[in-house]
Amino acid sequence: MTATLSDEERALLEGEGGEAVAMAMRIVVAAAELLGARSLVEISSAHIDGCLYHGDGGVEFAEALVRGGGRVAVPTTLNVGALDLLHPEVVRADPHRTAMARRQMDAYVTMGAQPTFTCAPYQVGHEPGLGEQVAWGESNAIAFVNSVLGARTERYGDFLDACCALTGRAPMHGLHLRENRRATVVVDATGVPESLKSRDVFFPVLGTWLGLRLGDEVAAIEGLLPGTTRDQLKALGAAAASTGAVALFHVVGVTPEAPTTAAAIGIEEIEPSRPAPPGWVSRGLPALPRRIRVTPDALLTAMARLSTAAGTEEIDAVAVGSPHFSLQEFEQLAALVAGTAAAGDVPAASTPVRFAVPFYVCTARDTLAAAEEQGLTGPLRAAGVQIVVDTCVVVTPILPATGGVLMTNSGKFAHYGPSNTGYEVVYGSLEDCVTSARTGRLVRDDSVWTW
Amino acid sequence: MDVVSPPPDQGVPAGGPPRVVRGRILVAGRGRGPLLTLTHPISFWGGVDPVRGEIVDPRHPQHGLSITGRVLLLPSAVGSSSSSAIMLELLRERTAPAAVLMGKADAILSLGAVVGSELGYAPIPIVEVPVEAFEDVFDGTTVEVRRDGIVLVAG
Repeated sequence: MTATLSDEERALLEGEGGEAVAMAMRIVVAAAELLGARSLVEISSAHIDGCLYHGDGGVEFAEALVRGGGRVAVPTTLNVGALDLLHPEVVRADPHRTAMARRQMDAYVTMGAQPTFTCAPYQVGHEPGLGEQVAWGESNAIAFVNSVLGARTERYGDFLDACCALTGRAPMHGLHLRENRRATVVVDATGVPESLKSRDVFFPVLGTWLGLRLGDEVAAIEGLLPGTTRDQLKALGAAAASTGAVALFHVVGVTPEAPTTAAAIGIEEIEPSRPAPPGWVSRGLPALPRRIRVTPDALLTAMARLSTAAGTEEIDAVAVGSPHFSLQEFEQLAALVAGTAAAGDVPAASTPVRFAVPFYVCTARDTLAAAEEQGLTGPLRAAGVQIVVDTCVVVTPILPATGGVLMTNSGKFAHYGPSNTGYEVVYGSLEDCVTSARTGRLVRDDSVWTW
Repeated sequence: MDVVSPPPDQGVPAGGPPRVVRGRILVAGRGRGPLLTLTHPISFWGGVDPVRGEIVDPRHPQHGLSITGRVLLLPSAVGSSSSSAIMLELLRERTAPAAVLMGKADAILSLGAVVGSELGYAPIPIVEVPVEAFEDVFDGTTVEVRRDGIVLVAG
């Protein structure tokens, strides 16, 4: 099977756009054939995950594109690298690894990508609109851009993300196509009390359960609140994309492709005036999706998975900001640290917090600049918060080498923490993390989970 | 397209006529080596150490085995989109398998081999095959993958 190329695409393949673009086009076309795509789709933006160092091959690839005169053809942001370029001392790495990781990040900047170095590009102004075709890497960003913004991308990974950015093309397949964006399962969360589903701590747990339950299926979730925030949807998608391969979910009444359940599953495309004859099977209409309910047991089981050190009484560190902390999350944390917000069963304190264990906040350099401008970071640093930019604590060595128990409010950190850092993990709300970090003793408010 | 009989210079080990399995080419190339069957899917990212060419996922049944020079039979690949980067590292470190046979085509893993050959590393063939054809083939049996996607299993 061969993908059909336009005249312009053939010209790029033959070298009209330079050697780097020709190489990128060969790789995009090879991918199209591997994926069974019949053509390529023009994209309007890209997010490149390939600037994280996994070995010298990634540097070699990026520098080969630079030598071939490669420039991104569409607005392109960069995912995290393996270094904090603003605070280099926070990453423990040997000189070879540091030098190569730096070259890999620099190569993509040389090709015209924006040095955002964030897994949440949608928080620093990269927000494609409904129906726009894009090529994004990084599982949480893919879930967000598809689900919350309604733009269309498949799951792109190392090499292919950059090749799409350089050619402005992606294989036309999967979630680029409308018919693959319909929900095939309806998740009923109407039974979950509002007191739980209004809280941030609910969303990583729901996402963890969804990922385990769905794999790569598209769900339409019913019964979430109309006021569900972007940060909550971000946390939901990141967790679902960690435990499963979820790249798109719909939240009925909240996300743009799901004004109603019918729209999310695609049955509003049926012409109601035309009755189906008996035995008539349409090839163009979706099968009716199955329904599953969100139950207390399901959520408690999912939440248990997020804590490998459930029996612990002490914690050794706290990490938040996966996906990268937003400005709103900085505001929440600042209020908790200043003691102007109640934290768990600890009432609002009049004295500022000073943490007893290391407390890491991972964010984008642009978000950090905004938080600094608002005066949010001074008090956080005074409390002992270490702010990490351009990278995060599960992709590069930052946590103290001693190991121990890491507390987090992130489903993604909880999922990847044990294998990537050697730390055991325990999950809790941001309030729980702040309360626990004050003394180093684990405090969790689990009362919201039973109904 | 090549003829089905093996080229005389490479041959197939003695012991009877080879079994001929027709695969779908994902990445074209030639490779030959002892079979290693992975009984569970694997994520190359986090599951394979490219410097040692070894399976390092402690939960994987073939944990600790070397994949270097083997004809690797995978039921399927799972997980990370960074697996293509690990495939490239295997090619660079010369720790790659001689060939990969996959029950279910995986674009991410295959793309790592495509990028490797773009960068000038000796490519390895990746071929989608019906895994049933290998059910009674013992690990260690010599398997040859040809440029035309034909897989020969020593008799």
